[in-house]
Amino acid sequence: MSINPDQTIKFSPMHRLQWEEVQQKDVILYPEGMVELNQSSAEILKMCDGTRNLAQIVSDLEQKFATTGLVNDITAFLEVALKNGWIQQN
Amino acid sequence: MAGSNKTNITPPRWLLAELTYACPLQCPYCSNPIDYAKYQSELDTEDWKRVLTQARKMGAVQLGFSGGEPLTRKDLPELVKHARDLGYYSNLITSGYGLTEEKIVQLKEAGLDHIQVSIQASSQELNDHIAGTASFQHKKEVAHLVKKHGYPMVLCVVIHRENIHQMPEILAMAEELGADYLELANTQYYGWAHANRDLLLPTKEQFEQAEQIAQAFKEKVAGKMKIYYVVPDFYEDRPKACMNGWGTTFLTIAPDGVALPCHSARDLPGLDCPNVKDYSIEQIWNESKAFNFFRGFEWMKEPCSSCDEKEKDFGGCRCQAYLLSGDMYAADPVCSKSPNHPVIQEAIDSAKASALADNEKPLIFRNSKNSRRLS
Repeated sequence: MSINPDQTIKFSPMHRLQWEEVQQKDVILYPEGMVELNQSSAEILKMCDGTRNLAQIVSDLEQKFATTGLVNDITAFLEVALKNGWIQQN
Repeated sequence: MAGSNKTNITPPRWLLAELTYACPLQCPYCSNPIDYAKYQSELDTEDWKRVLTQARKMGAVQLGFSGGEPLTRKDLPELVKHARDLGYYSNLITSGYGLTEEKIVQLKEAGLDHIQVSIQASSQELNDHIAGTASFQHKKEVAHLVKKHGYPMVLCVVIHRENIHQMPEILAMAEELGADYLELANTQYYGWAHANRDLLLPTKEQFEQAEQIAQAFKEKVAGKMKIYYVVPDFYEDRPKACMNGWGTTFLTIAPDGVALPCHSARDLPGLDCPNVKDYSIEQIWNESKAFNFFRGFEWMKEPCSSCDEKEKDFGGCRCQAYLLSGDMYAADPVCSKSPNHPVIQEAIDSAKASALADNEKPLIFRNSKNSRRLS
């Protein structure tokens, strides 16, 4: 399963992304389960709002964190996210 | 107090709210205590709201509304709304009995995240026999409606000797109903299931065949449906890491307000499980005797205390150790290192003999009459 570069990416409506104050972490919630996210994974998923494709997510994050060369890391993470059903393309 | 004053107590993550012991079904493997009929009192709406608020503040985020049948509580939508406002992820664990489209919509609007529907078998005849209630067609309709209204749909099927041969049909049914998750829960032999074990425990060959079919299906539906496979621990060499460790993750509140480190802990002697009417969740979680009883490793006996796997499985399940050996500090007899391990083979042999007998005794169904008779 791989990311289609032309299509926008959105977070799955079957999951919930939420900040947990006690844990000081973003988490993904789904039926009877939870995934704790590190900060970079959470930042990537927050960009998946259905308006951006892969290139736009990369460029927005590079701009936000004033850096370059994130494309490989972001792509690899989004492929994991797609495989786990956390994000969708259509 | 065993093992109190721990400094490294982790906050609860999972709150199981057993709203009621009332249930229209009579499943003979019910996880409610055998003597449930003697607990008549139920927390009121304000008690439950306070419990939800206090547990959320401590860090609980996954919330199961369970029972009994939680739909019998008229205040369910109000509790769901309160849970959503607090930021819980709410799971409704239901038989589907009494669930209408109107209610499904109402609960969605209140903020319910997911509905888990249990089905007892893949055929109407067997489902209705095991459930003790004609419910099969309605359950299938409910599963469709849950999907229609945009919930993730989890189908839960408890597996035992009466339905294990239906594994291929159960999988096909889950696919047909469009389940997002399928929980194949091999029966855990506590309470009612313990009482009915000779009739419910499958043979090793049956287990292995069913598991093989389920594994092949898991690969086939990868990316479309997730399978949760609850292992049959009687056929394992090592015990389950029960509750992810005592008092580390899970908090169960019984209908009458008793707080339990696991939903069977009520059967353990001398724990003095506290009631949410008397203490806050924070006091219960951090300070109570019951929640500190099996925290950490100091309570362990040999072979657990010197075992290099103790941090992996925590010595297994305390309730199972007590039920099968009479000693709640002992290693879970499922473990092949346990001196009590032969009781597992004896149980398997006894179930097999029962299956081969000409006149097998009948199942004991979970209802108030049987509860009173057995307790």
